[in-house]
Amino acid sequence: MKFTLSWLKDHLETTASLEEICERLPMLGLEVEGVENRAKDLAEFIVGYVIEARQHPNADRLRVCIVDTGTEQVQVVCGAPNARTGMKGVFAPAGIRIPGTGVELKKGVLRGEESNGMLCSEREMGLSDEHDGIIELPGDTPIGAKFAAVAGLDDPMIDIAITPDRADCLGVRGIARDLAAAGLGTLKPLHTSAVPGSCKSPINWRVELPEQDPPLAPLVVGRYFRGVKNGPSPQWLRDRLTAIGLRPISALVDITNYVMMDLGRPLHAYDADKVAGDIFIRLAEPGEKYLALDGKEYAFDEEMIVIGDDHGVDDLAGIMGGERSGCGDDTTNMFLEAAIFDPVRTAATGRKLNVISDARYRFERGLDPTSPYWGSDIAARMVLEICGGEASELVVHGGEMNWQRSYTLRHSRIIGLTGVAVPETDAIRILRTLGFEVTGSGEAIVCAVPPWRADVIGEADLVEEVIRIWGFDHIPNTSMTNDHVVPVPALTPEQTRERMAKRVLAARDMTEAVTFSFVSAKQAVLFGGGADALRLVNPISADLDMMRPSILPTLLAAAGRNANMGIADLALFEVGPQYADATPEGQQTLATGIRTGQTAPRDWTKAARAVDAFDAKADAMALLEALGAPVTNMQVSADAPSWYHPGRSGTLRLGANAFAHFGEVHPKVLREMDVRGPATAFEVFLAKVPEPRSKGPARSLLKLSPFQPVNRDFAFLVNMDMPAEKLIRAALGADRKLVSQARLFDEYAGKGMPEGKKSLAIAVTLQPTDATLTDEDLEAVSKKIVAQVEKHTAGVLRA
Amino acid sequence: MQGKVKRGLSCDGPLCAFDPGDAARVRQGGKLVDEMQDAESLKLELIGAVENASTVDVLEELRVSALGRKGRITEMMKGLGALDPDQRREAGQALNRLKDEVATAIDTAKTTMGDAELEARLLQERVDVTLPPRPESRGSIHPITQTIDELTAIFCEMGFTVAEGPHIESDFYNFTALNIPPEHPARQEQDTFYLPPDESGTPRVLRTHTSPVQIRTMQMTAPPIRIIVPGRTFRSDHDATHSPMFHQVEGLVIDKATHMGHLKGCLIDFCRAFFGVDDLPVRFRPSYFPFTEPSAEVDIGCTRAGGEFRIGKGDDWLEILGSGMVHPKVLENCGIDPNEYQGFAFGMGIERIAMLKYGIPDLRPFYDTDIRWLRHYGFVPLDVPTIAGGINR
Repeated sequence: MKFTLSWLKDHLETTASLEEICERLPMLGLEVEGVENRAKDLAEFIVGYVIEARQHPNADRLRVCIVDTGTEQVQVVCGAPNARTGMKGVFAPAGIRIPGTGVELKKGVLRGEESNGMLCSEREMGLSDEHDGIIELPGDTPIGAKFAAVAGLDDPMIDIAITPDRADCLGVRGIARDLAAAGLGTLKPLHTSAVPGSCKSPINWRVELPEQDPPLAPLVVGRYFRGVKNGPSPQWLRDRLTAIGLRPISALVDITNYVMMDLGRPLHAYDADKVAGDIFIRLAEPGEKYLALDGKEYAFDEEMIVIGDDHGVDDLAGIMGGERSGCGDDTTNMFLEAAIFDPVRTAATGRKLNVISDARYRFERGLDPTSPYWGSDIAARMVLEICGGEASELVVHGGEMNWQRSYTLRHSRIIGLTGVAVPETDAIRILRTLGFEVTGSGEAIVCAVPPWRADVIGEADLVEEVIRIWGFDHIPNTSMTNDHVVPVPALTPEQTRERMAKRVLAARDMTEAVTFSFVSAKQAVLFGGGADALRLVNPISADLDMMRPSILPTLLAAAGRNANMGIADLALFEVGPQYADATPEGQQTLATGIRTGQTAPRDWTKAARAVDAFDAKADAMALLEALGAPVTNMQVSADAPSWYHPGRSGTLRLGANAFAHFGEVHPKVLREMDVRGPATAFEVFLAKVPEPRSKGPARSLLKLSPFQPVNRDFAFLVNMDMPAEKLIRAALGADRKLVSQARLFDEYAGKGMPEGKKSLAIAVTLQPTDATLTDEDLEAVSKKIVAQVEKHTAGVLRA
Repeated sequence: MQGKVKRGLSCDGPLCAFDPGDAARVRQGGKLVDEMQDAESLKLELIGAVENASTVDVLEELRVSALGRKGRITEMMKGLGALDPDQRREAGQALNRLKDEVATAIDTAKTTMGDAELEARLLQERVDVTLPPRPESRGSIHPITQTIDELTAIFCEMGFTVAEGPHIESDFYNFTALNIPPEHPARQEQDTFYLPPDESGTPRVLRTHTSPVQIRTMQMTAPPIRIIVPGRTFRSDHDATHSPMFHQVEGLVIDKATHMGHLKGCLIDFCRAFFGVDDLPVRFRPSYFPFTEPSAEVDIGCTRAGGEFRIGKGDDWLEILGSGMVHPKVLENCGIDPNEYQGFAFGMGIERIAMLKYGIPDLRPFYDTDIRWLRHYGFVPLDVPTIAGGINR
């Protein structure tokens, strides 16, 4: 919302400076987006009279001008073709900055002739791109006057952002009212008395809208103007519109725009002679269209409110008039429309057709329900004053919606909600200046809401009005304290787990990534997703149209991008959401990671090797262990999902409960994702980790054996497909009391081994608890181990 | 080396316990006197041999020849049995002393020689210590995580707990319950992502803010409530300053007495703690949000003097968050009586405050997973923000 300082002062009697006003506005909720003070930039430019312009003796294209600046005569060398004796132009004395070029103007000698200033073009003044010649001012312009004042550029322009609730501030008067309430002046009275009509309007309303609540067009007011003289608006009106970025068109159109910006009341002026019969307002019929004033053609649907005549539709209600019936310079009879349309319908229509207009902006935020009357009167007074002619009586359809309402405001509520004891008298004064009718006094007052404040709908709104004007600065700063003696954790066990997972993985040399929750449908399908319920109706792009079923595709895609930048060896993880379905339960938090390329860069110790499934397994197990999951009890099954290498992947589980998948990523998936391998991945289901049983902080008692443990190695010949885990478990199970650890240290197949067999070697630790092991004990337990392994794996002890 | 050994033998240490008095006493017996003289000369001979030994092996030979099972001292000790008890005692003591002295001399020489040999070997084992160590890569924590951990630490001090909620929401939780009716302009401005409706035809959306968790919490929990809600949010915007996914943190306090003074105190304290500026100016401006009444936008002081942006006392303001007293209708929508309970809510962009605090210039790289960016702007894994450890390092 743009306005100028002088415009504001039409409504506000004030001595406040521009700076004071601009400092106060944001504290009232009217955020200042910009201030343009052209007078400041143009202060040094004055109106100059060219006493004499003669040909430069040494340059064909230059003229030497003697300029009367009102106080002295200055010689200026000028290159403009239109510089001539007797003209008035804009003179810039040496030493000032030229706004259009940003360069400081210096005294100089041009081909032997002194030049002590400049006559300026519009481009040099920063006013337009015009640079064919210097600005020519009318002959009656006073010599030596400030150019900014002469050109109407000395009125500072203020641009403020209006929040959606403050429709009343979409007119300059609303802003003035807030400033007056804040003590920055007095709101001047508005002349709203009725303009009597001197004839009957030949045009009437024919409103044919379906009934609904709220009504689609509760109040429509029209007025016919006969014998008006259209043409350019007076200078002041054109200046004002230009200052806020509107293009002056003709007096009749400019008046409607002016009233809209001044009072927030959009109007439409039809050329009455182009209207055939009465004007109808109805819902559009399918296929109807019109050419709007913005030069574009719009086609309607049957939910849009349109306005037209016997020739057809030529107006989109509350949004934009039509080209056919609009006013032109030759308009002599005019029909003015001031209506209320349903804001919801107006917004929906505007959105569907994507038409943006100042009128729509105001209609959809809600107009003062009384405004058709006073709006048409104020516009009528301006039309008669500027364009002459005579006005008809009003033609009215419908009536004012019931807007009257009152709320009780308790003084204790102001204190209770804001913490500030705004004095009662001040609260009442504030509300009254804002237009509320206040009755009563003391603890409870009754406030009747003015028609322009549709946003105020309860006591809390009244409190807001009072504190907003009284000033948020008066609210105390009351620190919030934590009064728990025993600290209450801010995080739930699940949240703690997620937080810990990130630090654990980062400490394992992995880099944390945060990636989008959406992927392409193609990627979703690769990772077991693709359900329609998770497809975005309005994705930002086709490759971000599906909620991700796994974190892996976004991580792998990131690996691909990094590889393209020359960084192929990566360890990335994300602890984040994936979506099994669209319900809240379908959203799961996983810790997912990938490693690609080599484990390390090439180095002199030859430590680097290609990443493999065991890197991912180590990551998953380390994470689970850190989170307190019973990793040592877990089994590994070779049934990871389809996006893993079928022979080099597994699932860590306890019975039916899968805790994590790990393994090499399926080469086909890598190919589809355009990622070069090798790549390994793990996915840990954080929610599956059991919460620690709450037995208090005390640990179980540690019992250390005083007896030395004994280590024994065994090598077994087993079938090629025998899982090592089975053998290890068999060894562990041989004597649960004595065997404390069984670690696989060698796997060998090939030369020297029978066909289809491999050798698995384990190191078993025997930890006695009651007495030192004797040779007989050792012999006995070794036999048990060999027997158990043989029983469970058919493995034979190698000699 | 040799000098050291000599010095060791002539010093006041245990090797010198053989004083002249002993010899005089021993000389009083005939055979015993011979023995003693033998011992004395043997000592001189052996010590001389130890001094002249050139390797550990020679020393070992010496040890065996003197102290071994058939060594000379051992043999002499065997001869003690022939003496009468008094003499035996006296001669035994002398021989034991001799045995100890020779053994000590050999050990000392061995150690010294061993040290020299070890030193010579170590010199040969020298490596180029300027070679790099075995390669290790460094993990890092994303700035979003770090920032969430920081603000959690600060709000935890004020008694807040962390709540979370689903990203796929019904439009009731995302809009309607928050006093944003379907036609509301605010609803249009949010560029909502839509998903197909559920079985009952209710539209599903990706939450446009973390505020739905306010509703879910108020429905599930009786006041007093004091939560923050960090999490992912989604809006259909994608340009240099907007990302279709970003993070917000929401705050909600509901009880019987919390007023705008607490809102101000809480947020001023937060801003100062988070940015680490004690006297950071914080300004509250009236604004509008459908779910709060009164509503306030919050600015922090900053300066752009000299082309350098800095947060703190300055001539300019920077908007960082929205807040307000929870709208009575929102309380009602959650089954909380607005005549009994009240409180405040706030919301801010996590990327925004992270960018301001850590001087990160652009939004979009947060999600690009460019390893170079993550390594540069990321955090050391164990740098866990705590109040105790400070959150402004």
